[in-house]
Amino acid sequence: MTQNAEHVLDHFDLFRGPEYQQMLANKKKMFENPRDPAEVERVREWAKTPEYREKNFAREALTVNPAKACQPLGAVFAAVGFESTIPFVHGSQGCVAYYRSHFSRHFKEPSSCVSSSMTEDAAVFGGLNNMIDGLANTYNMYKPKMIAVSTTCMAEVIGDDLNAFIKTAKEKGSVPEEYDVPFAHTPAFVGSHVTGYDNVMKGILEHFWDGKAGTAPKLERQPNESINFIGGFDGYTVGNLREIKRLLGLMGVEHTILGDNSDVWDTPTDGEFRMYDGGTTLEEAANAVHAKATISMQEFCTEKTLGLAAAHGQEVVAFNHPVGVAATDRFLMEIARITGKGIPEELARERGRLVDAVADSSAHIHGKKFAIYGDPDLCLGLAAFLLELGAEPTHVLATNGSKAWAEKVQALFDSSPFGKDCHVYPGKDLWHMRSLLFTEPVDFLIGNTYGKYLERDTGTPLIRIGFPIFDRHHHHRYPVWGYQGAMNVLVWILDRIFDEIDRNTNVPAKTDYSFDIIR
Amino acid sequence: MSSLRQIAFYGKGGIGKSTTSQNTLAALAELGHRILIVGCDPKADSTRLILHAKAQDTILSLAAAAGSVEDLEIEEVMKIGFKDIKCVESGGPEPGVGCAGRGVITSINFLEENGAYEDIDYVSYDVLGDVVCGGFAMPIRENKAQEIYIVMSGEMMAMYAANNISKGILKYANSGGVRLGGLVCNERQTDKELELAEAMAKKLGTELIYFVPRDNIVQHAELRRMTVLEYAPESQQAQHYRNLANKIHNNAGKGIIPTPITMDELEDMLMEHGIMKPVDESVVGKTASELAVEMA
Repeated sequence: MTQNAEHVLDHFDLFRGPEYQQMLANKKKMFENPRDPAEVERVREWAKTPEYREKNFAREALTVNPAKACQPLGAVFAAVGFESTIPFVHGSQGCVAYYRSHFSRHFKEPSSCVSSSMTEDAAVFGGLNNMIDGLANTYNMYKPKMIAVSTTCMAEVIGDDLNAFIKTAKEKGSVPEEYDVPFAHTPAFVGSHVTGYDNVMKGILEHFWDGKAGTAPKLERQPNESINFIGGFDGYTVGNLREIKRLLGLMGVEHTILGDNSDVWDTPTDGEFRMYDGGTTLEEAANAVHAKATISMQEFCTEKTLGLAAAHGQEVVAFNHPVGVAATDRFLMEIARITGKGIPEELARERGRLVDAVADSSAHIHGKKFAIYGDPDLCLGLAAFLLELGAEPTHVLATNGSKAWAEKVQALFDSSPFGKDCHVYPGKDLWHMRSLLFTEPVDFLIGNTYGKYLERDTGTPLIRIGFPIFDRHHHHRYPVWGYQGAMNVLVWILDRIFDEIDRNTNVPAKTDYSFDIIR
Repeated sequence: MSSLRQIAFYGKGGIGKSTTSQNTLAALAELGHRILIVGCDPKADSTRLILHAKAQDTILSLAAAAGSVEDLEIEEVMKIGFKDIKCVESGGPEPGVGCAGRGVITSINFLEENGAYEDIDYVSYDVLGDVVCGGFAMPIRENKAQEIYIVMSGEMMAMYAANNISKGILKYANSGGVRLGGLVCNERQTDKELELAEAMAKKLGTELIYFVPRDNIVQHAELRRMTVLEYAPESQQAQHYRNLANKIHNNAGKGIIPTPITMDELEDMLMEHGIMKPVDESVVGKTASELAVEMA
C-alpha cells in the first residue's frame, strides 16, 4: 500500500504496510540483538509474580518512572500566576524548553518563560553575566511587569547567589532599581515540582511583604477582612480557580487568589496573542499581607508559604486538594467561619444535586477497588472521595510523598471501614505500582497520562486524573473542587466503569445478554 | 533572631584555622554565649576539639546513608560538646569526586530549615582554604555571616590566600551585608611576622585584630582532642584566646569592605619587608648552561 500525494496515509496505517513491516523486522533481526521469544515471555510472566514484587520493593539505588517532576517546573507554574510576569530560569536553555513544552502539552497553550542560557563558560566562571544580560534582554524585549527568577541544577551546583546577582544586575542597569525581581532558589535535584511551587510562591510574597530584598521598607500589616487563596500546583488550575472565584463570589467573600494562572493558560483565540493574561496583580500580592487568613488547597505544596503567612500574623488553613461532599463541606464551612459569611442556598442546592448523583450511581462504585498515584495532596483528596463513595483506594502512591503525608493517608484509611485493606506508598515509583497492580489487582487505576503504560501492561483500566494529561484534551478546563467539581470527577469515574462493563459484555451470543442500553 | 551573630573563619588549609576558631569559640562559650559551629570543610575536623571526637558524623554522610537530606533529623547531625557548644559538620565527598561546594549549600539550607539557629547567640562557620567556588561562598551570602575573620600567618601563601578571600568578600560586600572583621595571625615564627601581618591588614583596609603566639601547649591539647581552654584553662595561651574572643565579640558591626591587592602589589610588599628578593628579569627563563655562557 504505497502512498502518493493524492493518497497520503496516516502513520497508524502507513507503518502496517508490508514494506515497513519487512523493514522493521529486518531492523530487529540485524540490529536489536533479539532474544528467544519464549525467554522474553518467561521473564514477562516472572515480573508479574510476588517474588519479583519483593525484589522490586527491595530496590534501593534505582528509580523507574518517578511520578514527579523537578522544582523549576513548579517554579514556572507559580510565577505565571502573577500579572504580566515572566518566569526567568537561571540555567541552561534545555531545561526551560522542558517546562514550556510540558505545560503546552497539558494546557494546549503557549507557555512563555525565558532562560539565562548558561553554557560551559558560565558553569566555570559563574552565571553573573548571564543574569545581567538576561534580565536586560527580558525586560526590554518582553516588557513584563515583573520577572520572577528561579534556578536549575547547574546554577545551584556552582552556587550562584541570586540575591547578590540580581542586586549587581540592577546596579549595572539591566532593569530599573525599583523594578520587581523576586527570586527563589529551586534546585531541581531537591524535592519535586510541589517544592518549587512553594519556594517561588514564598519568594514572591516575601519580596513584596518583607521589603523587596532590602530596597524598600517592610510592609506593616494592618489586618483587614480579606482572605488569601492559594491553589497550589494543580493540573485543573484553569477550571478550579474559576470555580473558586464563583464560590467565593456567591458567598460575597473578599479575597485574593495568589498565583492565578487560570487565564494565561486559557487564552481566547480572537486574533490577539497574549503573552500575559490575567493573574494576581502586583498590588494585590503586596496587599495580601493584610489579609485575615491564607487558605491553601494543597498543604504539601505550600508548607513554607503558609509558614510565611503565619509569621506575619495571619491565620492559615490548609486542605488536601478537597474533592467530594464532605471535603467541600469542610472547605466552605471554614471559609464561612473565617469570614463570617453565610453559605448561600444556591450552594446548598448544588450539594444536594451532588448527593443525589452519588446515590444514583452508588451501586456501580460501591466496593470497587482503585489504585491512585499522583501528587500528595491530590492523592489525599481523591482517596477521601472514593471512601465517601464506598469504594476502596487500595493502593495510594506518591513519589514525592513524605512520611508525614503517609501518616495522614493512613489516618484517612483508619477513619473509614472501606479503608481497612488499603495501603499507602510514599516515595515509590510507577514500577512499584506495576508490581502492585499485578500482585494485588484492583478494578481501576487513577493517574496521569503516563498511567497508560501501566494500563497496557497490567490491563487495569486507567481513569485520567492528575498532571500531566497529554493524550486527552481540555480536562483542565473542568474543576474538580466544589460540589460541581466533585460531580465532574464522579462522571469521569463512572464513564470508565460503564465503558468496562460494555467491553466485558459485547461478544455476540456469548456475553451480550448483559450488553444493555440502560446502566 | 535579630540578636543572632553570625561569623565565619576563612583561611589557607593547614594554617591552624580550625584550632584557632575552636579555641576562640570555647572562650566565647565561657563568657556565656550559646554557640553553634558549622564546619564547612570536607575533612570534617572543625569540631573535634570541642567534641573530643576523631571526626563527627557529617550531614552529608548521614544523608547519603539515609537516602536524602529530607530523611534526616536535626538531632542526628547535631552534637553537643564543651560548654554546651552545638556542633555540626557539613562534610563532603572524598577527594577527587563530586562537589564539596554544593555540600556546603545543602548543609546550611538543611540547618536553617530545621531550626538549628533557634536559641543560639553565635553561629560560626569554619570554611576551608580559598573561596574556590560559589558553594564555599555560601556562608558570606546575604543573611549569613556578618563578619569574616581570616586566619593567616607570615608565610607568602597564607597571605596570598587572605588576599583571595578578601576578593570573595568584596564580591558579596557590594550587594550584601558581609564585611571583613579582620585578620588573625597564627604565629608560625617566620621572619618579621607581626610586621608583615600588620602591613597586610593595612593593605586590605582592615586590622590585625590579634596575633596568637605559638605555644606547644596547643599541640598538647590537640593530642588530647581538647581546646586549650579546656585542657589548661589557667595557661597563658588560654588567656590569649580569651582576649581574641573578646576582640571578636566587641568587633560587632565594625567590619569593613576589604580592598584586595594585585599579585604584583603583594610581591612588592613582600620585597619591601625583605621576605622576597627582587627578581632579575634578565635571568627569567634562562637555563643554567645559558647563564654560564652569559657569565663567561
